[in-house]
Amino acid sequence: MSEQFRTCPDTGLKFHKPAENLMKANAVAAVVFLLVGGIYGLLVGLTRWPAVHLLPADAFYLTLTAHGINVLIFWMIFFEIAVLYFASSVLLGCRLAVPKVAWAGFALMLIGALMNNYIVATGTSSVMMTSYAPMEAHPLFYLSLILFAVGALLGCMVFFATLVVAKQEKTYEGSVSLVTFGAITAAIIAVFTIVSGAIILVPTLLWSLGFIAEIDALAYRLIWWAFGHSSQQINVAAHISIWYAIAAICFGAKPMSEKVSRMAFLMYILFLQLASAHHLLVDPGVSSEFKMFNTSYAMYLAVMASMVHGLTVPGSIESAQRAKGFNSGLFEWLRRAPWGNPTFSGMFISLIGFGFLGGISGVVMGAEQINILMHNTVYVPGHFHATVVIGSTLAFMALTYWLVPILFRRELVFKKVAAWQPYIFGLGMSGVALFLMGAGTLGVPRRHWDITFSLTGGVVHEFPAAANTMLALNGLSVILAVLGGALFCVIIVLSILFGRKLGDEKQEPALIATPPDDAAYEGIGRGSISVPGTFVMAMVFFVAFALYYFINWKYLAETWGIS
Amino acid sequence: MSTLSPPKSRIWWKEPIERSELIWISLVFVWGLFMAFMMPYWHVTGDQNLSNETYKTTPERFLEKTQAMVDEYTVRNEGPRNFPVVKPPPGGDVYMVSRLWEFWPIIELEEGQSYRFHLTSMDWQHGWSLQPANINIQVVPKYEHVFTLTPNSAGEYSVICNEYCGVGHHLMIGKIHVVESGK
Amino acid sequence: MDEEETPPLMQRILDNPFILLFLGVAAPAVLYLIWGIMEIISVPVAN
Repeated sequence: MSEQFRTCPDTGLKFHKPAENLMKANAVAAVVFLLVGGIYGLLVGLTRWPAVHLLPADAFYLTLTAHGINVLIFWMIFFEIAVLYFASSVLLGCRLAVPKVAWAGFALMLIGALMNNYIVATGTSSVMMTSYAPMEAHPLFYLSLILFAVGALLGCMVFFATLVVAKQEKTYEGSVSLVTFGAITAAIIAVFTIVSGAIILVPTLLWSLGFIAEIDALAYRLIWWAFGHSSQQINVAAHISIWYAIAAICFGAKPMSEKVSRMAFLMYILFLQLASAHHLLVDPGVSSEFKMFNTSYAMYLAVMASMVHGLTVPGSIESAQRAKGFNSGLFEWLRRAPWGNPTFSGMFISLIGFGFLGGISGVVMGAEQINILMHNTVYVPGHFHATVVIGSTLAFMALTYWLVPILFRRELVFKKVAAWQPYIFGLGMSGVALFLMGAGTLGVPRRHWDITFSLTGGVVHEFPAAANTMLALNGLSVILAVLGGALFCVIIVLSILFGRKLGDEKQEPALIATPPDDAAYEGIGRGSISVPGTFVMAMVFFVAFALYYFINWKYLAETWGIS
Repeated sequence: MSTLSPPKSRIWWKEPIERSELIWISLVFVWGLFMAFMMPYWHVTGDQNLSNETYKTTPERFLEKTQAMVDEYTVRNEGPRNFPVVKPPPGGDVYMVSRLWEFWPIIELEEGQSYRFHLTSMDWQHGWSLQPANINIQVVPKYEHVFTLTPNSAGEYSVICNEYCGVGHHLMIGKIHVVESGK
Repeated sequence: MDEEETPPLMQRILDNPFILLFLGVAAPAVLYLIWGIMEIISVPVAN
């Protein structure tokens, strides 16, 4: 049995060989689909730029469909499966349960992802990721998503089985680590997501094959979003676990409070998925009571959880830094952070971008009535590029920089470029998020090939000139972001293929920080506040949040009466 | 230990909570309650609350009702598509058809008057985006959504489809005119 | 001895991934899916 394990010379973590191979396979597949989806994204951005308007209409809608599914589903879920195996097998130091099932899951996901890319590329399934019935795609489109989802469900089952193995074989004492707990949260949300996906996609497949006469369009929307929105909540739970992990990796940080952070994850488990209702706020047939309760994640308890993580993650970094002696002023701990290490900088940009851009816009847009102003405008993709790309994707990238030497035992190539990559990607994607949100507030529709209405025979609408400027700036930001994304893919692929082999030697500087002694945590901070810097940042966030929230109610009050 | 390892003490539930965390949790909890209160509060005091009144319908039945409105209230035809311009009486019912790829007919409303709008789709899902008022409503086939709109300023408005509806999605545009009251 | 003490109920719930899995599937299934479907099927027919 023991030859099945390798102890990492840098981290002391125990790697189970089958788990290691599975993580490698899933992570590599993830990066490949990120690259594919990113290239599609570049084409989308350049077509939206009115002065460039690169693609013809049918190619644009095909490209937008492929972009969404590749990056929002395939890149994310492949990577998350790797994270689940890491958080279970590696962090608990135990063997991965039933590797054969895990490989079967991987194979199903890969077949599904390839089949989906094929069928979308044929042009028969340009139905967008949402594939709203009764608009019909090729049956293979639904089948490919079902295969992928079943594969991912197998991955989740292997994860839960591994938790059982670790407990039975007593490979750890007491409770699982907070990072593993966050991964459990992600896996639970994944199970709900995938089951909902099956409930709606299986009948839709049968309908596309002619076995079922009709799919109710409203029921489709309701159930599909339990799949489509919840899948993004897997990402949130996963990337917040990764934030905690990177705080530990780069600083040796420990949770400010196990209880608080775990309760925040529990709020995710219970309520985060209710936000699927965000998509139904201006739909017919569902009551305001349903909309208000679900869109607010049961009175904003899951928003509270995100804001708690937003304090405790940087707070854990701040206390670790202060314990190491960077204890003066409000922000010495932050100034002395390793800003040239892409693992840290990527994580920190992810945290700030997710909170300030993605979080605030999401909660504001999710107020039942304010949603009238934004539903289906490009504000929506603006919002989720901040959550899913700056938040999740950048966090995943940050972790990958660390996984290359740890998991693949290869040194990163082009380290200087890698040090810049999170900034390039983060800046580009912040531009995308902001400019799309800006264009959305001016009413620009999403998923739209031609906002100049050049082919409607003279029935036109003129958007404010600022909308064109916003979309041009969005195009420039897309170029920057795709450059950043491509740099990431190239650095990772080249490092894995040609990076210097590290073997069993311990690296200098260390790849994981030594945690400060508990005693060093005594008396840090100011008075009874141990993390004053983080607390000030949280207050700035709160003020920005509240201001933006009220401004939007004011905008709403200025439009037509609606009742 | 760090966040990657199991908690140091076996029973961590009883460990004290940092003061900054306590203050933040209290603040955020109250803010959440406030935001949860804002939505019902706006239902009581605000002027923008989308009705959820909905009926199951069929394209044929809805088209019949629309045609009846067009027959009764058309004031002229206009535009490149020579669509009827329909001016229903204030307080009356307005039917607007969403289909691949047009909104039909053109509607004329009076500023400050209220109208009962009826929306459904003849085929796929559509988005009813009224610009520049920035009112965005989902249009779902076989469901007739009924709500009241009160225009607050005169001018020419466009209805733009903002739910992807196939390769002609960008062709789908309609018009609503708002004229000053009594004109 | 502290080592022998049973953890408080809430910690035991948080330590059990399968209770959490049940809650995490049941809560949105009831509050979102079932509630939503019931509203959709109770939409009346237009006259």
